[in-house]
Amino acid sequence: MYNKVVMDHFRNPRNVGVIENADGIGEVGNPLCGDMMTIYLKITDEKIEDIKFQTFGCGSAIAVSSMLTEIAKGKPIAEAKQITNKDVAKALEGLPKNKLHCSNLGADALHMAIQDYEDRKAGKKRPETVRDEKHEHTHGENCYCPYCDIEIEEGSTFCKACHSSLEEEH
Amino acid sequence: MKIINLDQISSKPLLAEVKAAMIDALNKDYHNPSSQHKSGEAAAEALEKARNSVSELINAAMPKEVVLCSGGTESINHAIKGVALANADKGKHIVTSNIEHNAVIKSLKRLQSMGYKVTSVSVDTKGRVNPREVADAISDTTILVSIMHSNNETGTIQPIEEIAEIAHEKKVIFHTDAVDSVGMVPIDVQKMGVDLLSFSANTFHGPAGTGGLYIRRGTRVFPLLDGGVQKGNKRAGTENLIGIIGMGTAAAVTRQNLDKWSAHCLSLKNKLLKELPDTIDHYIINTHPEHSLPNMVSVSIQFVEGESVMLMLDDQDIAVSTRSACATGSLRASHVLISLGLSHADAQGTLVLSFGKDNTAEEITAFLVALKNAVATLRDISPLYQKTSQG
Repeated sequence: MYNKVVMDHFRNPRNVGVIENADGIGEVGNPLCGDMMTIYLKITDEKIEDIKFQTFGCGSAIAVSSMLTEIAKGKPIAEAKQITNKDVAKALEGLPKNKLHCSNLGADALHMAIQDYEDRKAGKKRPETVRDEKHEHTHGENCYCPYCDIEIEEGSTFCKACHSSLEEEH
Repeated sequence: MKIINLDQISSKPLLAEVKAAMIDALNKDYHNPSSQHKSGEAAAEALEKARNSVSELINAAMPKEVVLCSGGTESINHAIKGVALANADKGKHIVTSNIEHNAVIKSLKRLQSMGYKVTSVSVDTKGRVNPREVADAISDTTILVSIMHSNNETGTIQPIEEIAEIAHEKKVIFHTDAVDSVGMVPIDVQKMGVDLLSFSANTFHGPAGTGGLYIRRGTRVFPLLDGGVQKGNKRAGTENLIGIIGMGTAAAVTRQNLDKWSAHCLSLKNKLLKELPDTIDHYIINTHPEHSLPNMVSVSIQFVEGESVMLMLDDQDIAVSTRSACATGSLRASHVLISLGLSHADAQGTLVLSFGKDNTAEEITAFLVALKNAVATLRDISPLYQKTSQG
């Protein structure tokens, strides 16, 4: 199902864990499948000196988290902000079509952690994370194709972007 | 390398006797069973022998009440659409439950798009239907009640005799999807009082692509496939004779060994349930403690995701099934688990473990060791577990 690179990152995930007193924390959840990812950053001289992750999710979600931390580690903040979901999926040499949405979680969590760092630096108070629901609705209330993550019409049974058939309820 | 197969519900391996019977049948170069010459008659004889054997496994009053087909999906489509079309003059209302297989759900959705109405009853936290809810759901226009015998995700068995009686009191046809039950628990269609019962041969060590629909004599059902006059006009098309012979052999061997195999599976299930608390914490058993298949356990392991557990066990050559949304094509949480009241996060960590006659106690021990390691590794990575352990 998964290629060798993905399986290697799943079996031996890099940079797992928590950074105590992190400079930035990003936490995102996928409302569709319940996956959750947290990214911790240690920033020195506007560079990502250290990065760690925790993920509740499938093989693909874990591999994406691991690869993302490898790509981001050591990068200046400005560069890290440019990391996209596609970069992570490409570095993993591809993900199954229906797992591409997992890669979004990674980049979203990183960008959120960087935002958190910048907010703290600017003196903004860190918002309390909502605990009871566990997952933040990263895409708002709209419907997105689970295969390619393009916005789709409520109730549609076909994704016009990637031509996948969809279940009726989304 | 031997794989420990704890995913027997997906398909049970062919019996040696079944393979031998199918190879023998291939070598006999059977003709079309509908042909009237000698070669055709020999084929028809082999076909009827297989049908007899299958009808004995479910204790049908007459072999001709069994329509042999391509498996569970066809059988269920035939039952539901066949009853709906044949009885539309009486009404267009059907009663079912929230935890049925997709073959039932999607057949009913198709009928709903054609103007039929469906009422779906809920289940309790172990997946059982309350027969009184079925009784309340039946109206003057109800033509069919379809409730599964055992659930393919939890193994929970429904009070079928009671529900069949309720349906009959109200003169409504009753169908049960018994795909995961036939070959694992004794099935007696006469005692159960069902009008239609669906089954598939690959759940009793027969070939995939074969199965059947029991139709009690006198039940109004249209065929799904129209064409020739095979099987008394109940299913047109030249029969898959090699497969059917395999199914007949599987049914005969299973019938002889049912009690023994069932008791063996139950001992493995009991061992697993007894030793699980010493292996992991924070889990939910979704299978009914009493009314469930002897060979199935559904367990939701909290703070981990099922596909990851499945991949780690696969690395140890242990095959299990997961009901995590991530592992399904639709990427949605299982409707069965959500109907039991599980949260999306808990549903994500669900493993379905199913045993067969060839599994051993040592394999269960090996599984528990591997499970403990996989869960510990994944919880180390999981942000949810850390939050919980911190209180």
